[in-house]
Amino acid sequence: MAEPLDDYIDAVSKALALPVEEAWRPAVRANLEVSLRLGRLVDEFALPDETEPAPIFTV
Amino acid sequence: MTTKPEMTAADIAKAVAGGKMSALDATEAALARIKQHDGVLNSFTDVTADRARAKARAIDADIASGKEVGPLAGVPFAVKNLFDVAGLPTRAGSKINRDLAPAKRDATLIERMEAAGAVLVGALNMGEYAYDFTGENVHDGPSRNPHDTTRMTGGSSGGSGSAVGGALVPIALGSDTNGSIRVPSSFCGIFGLKPTYGRLSRARSFPFVASLDHLGPFARSVTDLALAYDVMQGPDADDSACTTRGLEPTLPLIANPVSDLRIAVAGGYFQKNVFPEAVEAVSRVAKALGTTQVVDIPEAARARAAAYVITTTEGASLHLDRLRKRPNDFDPAVRDRLIAGAMVPAPMVDRAQKFRRWYRAQLAEIFRSVDVLLAPATPCTAPKLGQVNFNLDGVELPVRANIGVHTQPISFIGLPVVAVPVPLEPLPIGVQIIAAPWREDIALRVAYALEKIGVAAAPAPRGL
Repeated sequence: MAEPLDDYIDAVSKALALPVEEAWRPAVRANLEVSLRLGRLVDEFALPDETEPAPIFTV
Repeated sequence: MTTKPEMTAADIAKAVAGGKMSALDATEAALARIKQHDGVLNSFTDVTADRARAKARAIDADIASGKEVGPLAGVPFAVKNLFDVAGLPTRAGSKINRDLAPAKRDATLIERMEAAGAVLVGALNMGEYAYDFTGENVHDGPSRNPHDTTRMTGGSSGGSGSAVGGALVPIALGSDTNGSIRVPSSFCGIFGLKPTYGRLSRARSFPFVASLDHLGPFARSVTDLALAYDVMQGPDADDSACTTRGLEPTLPLIANPVSDLRIAVAGGYFQKNVFPEAVEAVSRVAKALGTTQVVDIPEAARARAAAYVITTTEGASLHLDRLRKRPNDFDPAVRDRLIAGAMVPAPMVDRAQKFRRWYRAQLAEIFRSVDVLLAPATPCTAPKLGQVNFNLDGVELPVRANIGVHTQPISFIGLPVVAVPVPLEPLPIGVQIIAAPWREDIALRVAYALEKIGVAAAPAPRGL
């Protein structure tokens, strides 16, 4: 039975021409679940529209 | 005069410059110690013996002819194998990079160390492409902890931790994206400096996450750490993120008193998910410094999450083509993390970078009333090699995911940190001495004070 995220993994794999063999899929899915959970934690934090990204530290 | 493993870089440089020991003898002693112990430690992937002997002979010739020699004359050192070393492919812990052409020129930091008289003796083991907190490597085998060779060194600069912790060399260089200098320092019981983001040039080192990558030194004493750090400072047009600030030497400042510094323990997030040994280490350091104040760093868990998102996505972007063409040549665990990183939606990355600015402003505010923050470097002492989980208060937690929880929220905004080793029994553990941006001098000063009163010390290797 397909797991949640499998359709998404298939679609992004195709869009990026990035191979995901079946044997790797459970680990890729598990890692993606962690990344998305942490991404949502950041996403939930309200920031003003004017906030600029800070890709590197500057004085 | 012959060298002893406990000789610091400062001891060696003084003896060499004073004519009491030759640079060649110091180099041969390091090479002999590597030969004796590295079969067990597995810290070196390349030993550059011919190059080292040639450099040492040149230093001895300079001394014989009365020329000035640098502050690291004759001091053996080694570098994580993501630094370019002329004549070697820069493997960065990978199988794939071994196919690269040999580097034509040394990394900037190697050039600066050698300009100060230091002698490169080799390149060091590391986790694949620096995406690692354990020091394990499927291609080269794990680097091993010098205090218990059945345990991890921590990573990803595992060979650096092992080589300095095992006293094979007094100084090593490594990189720190999320904790890769501070974690091996903690597990291997040595001092490590992760400078402010942009302070030291990364030119001609293999990258991982451009917006988080730092390079820095490891040593067995604070004086050695400052010596190495000072000679490596300075602008470098070959690294676009390298600061144009002038040199700010720290060695003349480290013995200044710390009584005027406002020092606080990081509370909240930094006091959770820690084993008793980490609590004990921070407590000893705080007590020695007379610190009672506790400061909460707001949203540290979210900062760690944002660092994770930026790391996995920037790392994936860096390796995208290799993931397409040579996926089976990666460590499978690294490959699967990177593939997942390529699939994280872009808005999450953008929001992580925006959150970063907000978080940086919170820390800037804290540093208006505090000079130093203390926090654990790792939640525990070195786990067993291959260990998957640890049990904390009855809860099973994955080792890999939790080793860097206290380092990530700090490097996320590039703050300078000295990891100091607290020599607990049976294994040492590190504490982070965190300062405001560009104030490496303050972090080193506190580390030096702790070393002088004996609370911080690099223990002799117990596993050799």
